[in-house]
Amino acid sequence: MATNDEVMRSKKPDAALGSKKKDSIIFLTIIYVVCIILAVLSLWPFICMLINSTRSSTQIMSNAVSLIPGKNLTRNINILKKLKTFDAMTGLKNSFIISSCTTILTIYFSSLTAYAIYAYEWKLKNAFFAMIMGIMMLPGTVTMIGFYRTCYQLHLTDNKLVLILPAMAAPMTVFFMKQYLEGALSLEIVESARIDGASEFRTFNTIVLPIMKPAMATQAIFSFVGSWNSFFLPLILFNKQKNYTMPLMVSLLNGDIYKTEFGCIYLGLSITALPLIIIYLLLSKYIVSGIALGSVKG
Amino acid sequence: MFNLGKKKLVSYSKYGYLFAIPFFLTFLVFTLYPICYTLILGFTNQEGAIPPKLEILKDPLANFKYLFKKRSSGAMSYFLESLITTARIWIVNFIPQLGLALLLSAWFTDNRVKVRGQGFFKVVFYLPNIITAATIAILFKTLFGYPQGPVNDLLKNLHILKKPFNFALSKTATRAIIEFIQCWQWYGSTMITLIAAVIGINPEIFEAAEIDGATRWRKFWNITLPSVRPIMLFTLVTSLIGGLSMFDIPQLFATGGPDRASTTIAIYIYNTAMKKPYKYNRAAAASILLFIIIVACSSLLFYLMRDKDAAKLKKLKKEQLKSAKLAQKGA
Repeated sequence: MATNDEVMRSKKPDAALGSKKKDSIIFLTIIYVVCIILAVLSLWPFICMLINSTRSSTQIMSNAVSLIPGKNLTRNINILKKLKTFDAMTGLKNSFIISSCTTILTIYFSSLTAYAIYAYEWKLKNAFFAMIMGIMMLPGTVTMIGFYRTCYQLHLTDNKLVLILPAMAAPMTVFFMKQYLEGALSLEIVESARIDGASEFRTFNTIVLPIMKPAMATQAIFSFVGSWNSFFLPLILFNKQKNYTMPLMVSLLNGDIYKTEFGCIYLGLSITALPLIIIYLLLSKYIVSGIALGSVKG
Repeated sequence: MFNLGKKKLVSYSKYGYLFAIPFFLTFLVFTLYPICYTLILGFTNQEGAIPPKLEILKDPLANFKYLFKKRSSGAMSYFLESLITTARIWIVNFIPQLGLALLLSAWFTDNRVKVRGQGFFKVVFYLPNIITAATIAILFKTLFGYPQGPVNDLLKNLHILKKPFNFALSKTATRAIIEFIQCWQWYGSTMITLIAAVIGINPEIFEAAEIDGATRWRKFWNITLPSVRPIMLFTLVTSLIGGLSMFDIPQLFATGGPDRASTTIAIYIYNTAMKKPYKYNRAAAASILLFIIIVACSSLLFYLMRDKDAAKLKKLKKEQLKSAKLAQKGA
């Protein structure tokens, strides 16, 4: 709301001054002020979290806002270990296994499916592609009950495969990969491979996949992060704590035993957020350009 | 040459099927079957920890009817209440989100003033989106803690509040915070999408408008907005679908409370199916309704947007015809 007011205000001097340079300076100042406020808003919760994870609960109780890190990080780590409920190592391990497998399956099979649609003419192709477009947007909530009941009856709850295998059909990724193939792969390359006597499957693995590397990288990041952050499905499918993924572990911090251990809560949250923050900062270039790519083409 | 290529493609068609099979089988088992099963469950007697033998109810629509039945107190049913809550949270989060994203994208693509540090701002604005929603929900719960918490302390230090405020007990505050989190998490993503769309507009159009003396506002209103409409539609539809299935943040921030004030449809479905007395059939019925609502809303949005565009084109053509006729008359 404040930003809208500022736009309105920027209009007035605009008309009155008429001088382009002055107008630009005022305009830019407003932009920077708004952007800096938004940046602080984006960062403050995380900075607060990281700093408070190094402070003791008593310190946080007396003053929760501080810009100076405390010296109680190891103390908080020890309390977190002692309370046992929140088990970061198990969470990290499970999340890592599930997210990596999911990503590999998604990337490989989406590329294969996209290639099948792009490179070959087959009768049901258009119907198949229409189906992919149709289910692309379907949220998991809609299918959850049927999926859960099926898994329950087959005794597949608490089985990591139930979360991993569905990754072989990722409509969004297939759609993106197909768009990419249209721009990047000319069928003449495939033809020449055929003339050289390569089998179709081999051509895909040795010629098409390397060409798709940039698209695969972008999609890999998004599918990894998406799987890592998913909360709803693991919540329903996993009962045993040894299977808990990171988001489920985090939800345990809501529990009563942490009620007064603020330092611990912040530390637990930091442990879950830090890997993502680090990965994001390292790959931000690809991620930011990836969001734009994916959506413009959609 | 062209013909030869086509001939070869046809003879290779079996590989098309072969390579699409893994996707199709997975889709069949993990998406299509659960959808059909959910659909059937909605009409059955499946409930309780150990459900009875699957039977279609005597009144097949009983589960659906229950969802709309008024409570004994005369208040609207829990399902409808959750539907309204969901819609409310989504609308209040989406309008400022889109507004902010549009404003920022217009600023960042302005061709007369160059905003420095754009890369930095983009990375920072998008950061909340990449962090686990579960983490963010609990982080905000802790930040808004009562009686001690960073937000309360901050507001006290700034002399905005005299006494700490218990956010978790206020319906309005809880909803407002959830709306804020949603908006805060997503405006960066929407902004980056829109920036890409604005960059895609032919710069000559802007230059021509500038020569005609168009102000910044006019350029935004008459060129940028109409040009990014397809992308806005895309954002609108994805955000709507995401919003209708919102679960993580309201569940972990406020467990749907206080007094059901933040119980979204997804939370309603979850609570109905996964908590005593385990009404799978009722939850399935609610899922089907959610599915219908999603399909209806997306179709409506697509229809509205496309219709407008087509109507505009028609108008333009008419005008062109008119002017052509006038010109003919003049000649």
